[in-house]
Amino acid sequence: MLKIENLHASIDDKEILRGINLEVKPGEVHAIMGPNGSGKSTLSSVIAGNEDFEVTDGKISFLEEDIAELAPEERAHKGIFLSFQYPVEIPGVSVTNFMKTAINESRRAQGLEDMPANEMLKKIREKSELLEIDRKFLSRSLNQGFSGGEKKRNEIFQMAMLEPKLAILDETDSGLDIDALRIVSDGVNRLKSKDNAVVVITHYQRLLEYIVPDYVHVLLNGRIVKSGGKELALELEEKGYDWIKQEVAV
Amino acid sequence: MAYTEEELKKELETKEYEYGFYTDIESDTLPVGLNEDIVRAISLKKNEPAWMTEWRLEAYRAWTQMEEPAWANVTYEKPDFQAISYYSAPMKKPKYESLDEVDPELLDTFKKLGISVDEQKKLAGVAVDIVMDSVSVATTFKKTLAEKGIIFCSISEAIQEHPELVKKYIGTVVPERDNFYAALNSAVFSDGSFCYIPKGVRCPMELSTYFRINQAGTGQFERTLVIADEGSYVSYLEGCTAPTRDENQLHAAVVELIALDDAEIKYSTVQNWYPGNKEGKGGVFNFVTKRGLCEKNAKISWTQVETGSAVTWKYPSCILKGDNSVGEFYSIAVTNNYQQADTGTKMIHLGKNTKSTIISKGISAGKSQNSYRGLVQVNSRADNARNFSQCDSLLMGNECGAHTFPYIETKNKTAQIEHEATTSKIGEDQIFYCNQRGIDTEKAIALIVNGFSKEVLNKLPMEFAVEAQKLLEISLEGSVG
Repeated sequence: MLKIENLHASIDDKEILRGINLEVKPGEVHAIMGPNGSGKSTLSSVIAGNEDFEVTDGKISFLEEDIAELAPEERAHKGIFLSFQYPVEIPGVSVTNFMKTAINESRRAQGLEDMPANEMLKKIREKSELLEIDRKFLSRSLNQGFSGGEKKRNEIFQMAMLEPKLAILDETDSGLDIDALRIVSDGVNRLKSKDNAVVVITHYQRLLEYIVPDYVHVLLNGRIVKSGGKELALELEEKGYDWIKQEVAV
Repeated sequence: MAYTEEELKKELETKEYEYGFYTDIESDTLPVGLNEDIVRAISLKKNEPAWMTEWRLEAYRAWTQMEEPAWANVTYEKPDFQAISYYSAPMKKPKYESLDEVDPELLDTFKKLGISVDEQKKLAGVAVDIVMDSVSVATTFKKTLAEKGIIFCSISEAIQEHPELVKKYIGTVVPERDNFYAALNSAVFSDGSFCYIPKGVRCPMELSTYFRINQAGTGQFERTLVIADEGSYVSYLEGCTAPTRDENQLHAAVVELIALDDAEIKYSTVQNWYPGNKEGKGGVFNFVTKRGLCEKNAKISWTQVETGSAVTWKYPSCILKGDNSVGEFYSIAVTNNYQQADTGTKMIHLGKNTKSTIISKGISAGKSQNSYRGLVQVNSRADNARNFSQCDSLLMGNECGAHTFPYIETKNKTAQIEHEATTSKIGEDQIFYCNQRGIDTEKAIALIVNGFSKEVLNKLPMEFAVEAQKLLEISLEGSVG
């Protein structure tokens, strides 16, 4: 589904990603872990097509198509979703209105008619229940005055609404208390299927107790230096990142 | 949203001013220049009574002694007032009884303006008065209104048919010598709308006027007078367009509202005069004086969406004369390319327990300059006056400007005045966030701008809100990236 080969990317001439290789297949859950500044968020931004970053080398393909030249919205239309670490506020635009616009833009890109209002309502009801979201919340301005937990829950709600093929969750656990973490992870787990894939970017092992990965990759200085199964996350939790740094140095 | 997204997209593709067509209708135009003879000629053409001619001449004489104001935060080449023709009327039949009699080409104009008069009649129940090159050509729905005793007609007709009302009220809120442009308007106004709502009557439909400048080298000086008698209510809409022209056209209107005891007037404007091209050439100079007077327990609410004009100078104001009267001002002003807007309001608190609310949203893009200028004045007798003002500015890009000039003058210790102001910029992070959700940049900007303007858009009557929303999006098209 997603295939990244020898990806190099930089911002303001500073190289952040230095040759990433990663392949994600349908039905898989991948976790990308690493210390601060290792390039985790850069990787998610580059996959989503953020033009602040310049891809200097390598290849990203999605569903067997080179997406390097595609605009962010075109990637979204193909089914790439990014749950932001810091979701932005858009005053005066309700969650519902934002979702309606997003869904219809994607449908239009696929040559479909706008989603009928009753279908939209049904979907909103269903997905908000899944994430235990109060209906009143949906009429509030997007992310404005939301608590950290509400923002993250809203991100996953959007994911549920948009039903992407590939969801990248960037530090979705930060700012979540234990109850919110459970609700969010339950939501993600229930949205998982054999046809879609999830990439979880996280600092800590905690989230991975809820969203169990098939593969864990360790990102260090812009490279994936170690990959393994879910037990790798536990090992990292226990020993920190230093031992990997040493291992890599050797 | 009632319009389809497809329509919106199509409109977004047209970068040029979409109302920029010129209707080829024979016009009766006076020679250029201004002197007492021209003022008399206008009055004569309109077959006005002597008191009206005299009133105009007084205004003209006052105007010759006045200077064009220079305090606004705008720069432009002053119009040559002797190079303008002060009267241009469509030649065929100056006045129509019904739409069937209207020149088909004119009707075509309305169609292009998006005013399907018939449809409006049926669906929205809007009575429309259309003023083209300063002359009112069609007033619909007159009969239905007449049954309730409501008078809705062109001001020239009102001068003929209801001189006592016009004489009693014209110039009482905006006197002839109020300011340079108001004096000019008083001298040369050729038409406009007149509306009277009798005591205790709630006007059953929105009243609407569309203004259009068509002829080259003409100025448009329309005069609107709305009188809401005791305990009555009216909602009034005003829309404006002009063809694309290289030269600057002058529009200097005066609007006077009078809300007698317990009356309420809602006055909404969507102003979309030609803004000039991308290089700042051409466009309408929009120098307008709008003011309302509130008697006891009366309420006046101004809502405006200003997207057009090269230069805007406009401050719809309320004089809160009566005790417990209420004034409101809701404004969205959009400037793009080289447009300049200096707009805001004045709330003059004279009566006790008077209240005013000001919500102003300025959106600047391109190389434009957008200023809010407002005065809140509390008189010594205005006990317990209250005002709340909120001025928000949204900037797009790095070459535009947003300015706020709030003036507060209070002579009464019991006054409570609040002022809030914010300035924000559409962030790349906001746009990327929308992009990531599948929303392209153009649409993302429209979404953000609509969100920003929501408090004011919500104040517009339904059918206008949709139009206004579309206008915002069209006006800002191509302003980012």
